[in-house]
Amino acid sequence: SESVRSDGSFNESLRNTSHQLVITEICFKSKCYFRNEINVQKNDKGDCFHQPRVRGEDSFEEAPMYVAVLTYMNYGIVILFGYFRDFLRAVGLEKCHQAQEREEQKDFVPLYQDFENFYKRNLYTRVRDNWNRPICSLPGPVFDIMERVSDDYNWTFRLTGRTVENVINMGSYNYLGFAENNVDLLKTVAEETRQYGVGVCSTRQELGNLSIHEKLERLVAEFLGVESAMAFGMGFATNSMNIPALVGKGCLILSDELNHTSLILGARLSGATIRVFKHNNMQSLEKMLKEAICSGQPRTHRTWKKILIMVEGIYSMEGSLVRLPEILELKKKYKAYLYLDEAHSIGAVGPIGRGVTEHFGVDPNEVDVLMGTFTKSFGAAGGYIAGKKELVDYLRSHSHSAVYATAMSPPVVEQIIRAIKCIMGVDGTTEGQRRVRQLAENTRYLRSRLKKMGFIIYGNQDSPVVPLLLYLPGKVGAFSRAMLKRKIGVVVVGFPATPITEARARFCVSAAHTREMLDKVLQSLDELGDYIKVKFSRHRSSYRPELYDETDFELDS
Amino acid sequence: MDMKNMRENMGWLYYQYLLITGIYVLEPWEQSIFNTLLFTMVAMVIYTSYVFVPIHVRLALEFCMISPITYGHFFAINVLVITG
Repeated sequence: SESVRSDGSFNESLRNTSHQLVITEICFKSKCYFRNEINVQKNDKGDCFHQPRVRGEDSFEEAPMYVAVLTYMNYGIVILFGYFRDFLRAVGLEKCHQAQEREEQKDFVPLYQDFENFYKRNLYTRVRDNWNRPICSLPGPVFDIMERVSDDYNWTFRLTGRTVENVINMGSYNYLGFAENNVDLLKTVAEETRQYGVGVCSTRQELGNLSIHEKLERLVAEFLGVESAMAFGMGFATNSMNIPALVGKGCLILSDELNHTSLILGARLSGATIRVFKHNNMQSLEKMLKEAICSGQPRTHRTWKKILIMVEGIYSMEGSLVRLPEILELKKKYKAYLYLDEAHSIGAVGPIGRGVTEHFGVDPNEVDVLMGTFTKSFGAAGGYIAGKKELVDYLRSHSHSAVYATAMSPPVVEQIIRAIKCIMGVDGTTEGQRRVRQLAENTRYLRSRLKKMGFIIYGNQDSPVVPLLLYLPGKVGAFSRAMLKRKIGVVVVGFPATPITEARARFCVSAAHTREMLDKVLQSLDELGDYIKVKFSRHRSSYRPELYDETDFELDS
Repeated sequence: MDMKNMRENMGWLYYQYLLITGIYVLEPWEQSIFNTLLFTMVAMVIYTSYVFVPIHVRLALEFCMISPITYGHFFAINVLVITG
């Protein structure tokens, strides 16, 4: 069909505009998953699933040594001043604004002396004005921020009453631009609200199973290409409440180093043994699988009941893509199960927006548990788990979230339905596909321009999450404030969420961003990068070890 | 215009110094304390080097049997004889 051909040729053109810094790995070793498709000619008639996908390499460029030294020196000096201020507070020369124990409790075990509280009192509070900024409009491509000042160095804030308007939004997870308030597009949402109301007042198991929920689940299953799906009200709860239903004691979870807190919480709640493998490192994973199968459970040496590999599609702090074909090979060889969390990648990668399975040309039925959220690309709230019918039916009765959590609210469900229909093209327009292509184009444009300017950018060339490394804590605060002054809202991330020396600014590209907005952002970044001096890149290649030489999994061809 | 440019440049250099040492995040009085301490230490280093480095250099040269300061004219004549 016409759209498929245009998608195919667009992919060709994307591949041909390769950037000098991108080391494109031709998956000659991973051609296993092409099986029948290996003989398909690369002509226009090729379907998206049949064209071999080239996975660009993730880049994790290392900063020059002086940057690491300066970062540690920064932290050292600020920590010294932190101790000095704590001393003043203890002596009584200064009032302590943070919570303190009462006089009578001073001799008990101290509550606020650990490093977390010290960090919060002395480091985080100094730059606290860069987070939790109150927004007073829709978080679309531009939004309005309420102006907020502090008279006592960020211990308390007060709103001046003015609004900063038309701030370009580079922080919201609005990948396909579905966070919109256009009345024409939201007609169905209004109708469904009129029919069902807003509150459901029950759980799915009791009286909260509305017909619109069933419609949503059928649609999600069709969208992903699997047998069945189930939707939950909260994305975080989808992970943390369903993993305990899938694995328990006597099972092994192999989880990636940089997994999200929800996955870690779910894994811990389940009671299974957790082993962590290095980020995206297939040799580490294979070694662990071999060792698990050979030795079995820790003391009894019985076989593990289940081995579950937990990975994410796109890792939100690094912007790196999972190595899906290799993991599938390992999974088949060692008979493990795969749990794929596509929170950021569903709708955002892949030629027609179906996530990492489509991006790599892999059949989604090969992944055992497909999980995703509706918060990011669909502009709503909630999460889903999809897979075989037996799995989803089991979860319907055994998952905490299904049994105890209130069902999703009807307007939210209708928003997801309309978003999925838009992406699939079922509503008769090509708007969804246009957005998916626009997102891919914006991503490539932003990433390539930022790399050319000399910033250190982590992650894969196709991921819409773009972390820009700042390293020094002083520059983190200065960067965020200066960008707000230029009317661009960015999210900066520091210590607890990232390693202590790798503070970063994280941009989330959206399909709703126009070329002019991206150009304005790039121009501001250029000027600011020179003014603050955060252009650390020396165009060195990745320091993570190359992994394609030594794995010995069998390829069935 | 030149004074204005210079002032802007000095302002930018001070900003860079604040960012690099990390005292950008501190309150102004803490910045003053840090600046005072740093300035004092740098001043002490400069003073010490001004007073003691020439003495040390002279002693080191004498130890190596080269002392062009007291026997400078002999040294110069020797050099001229050898080259000429």
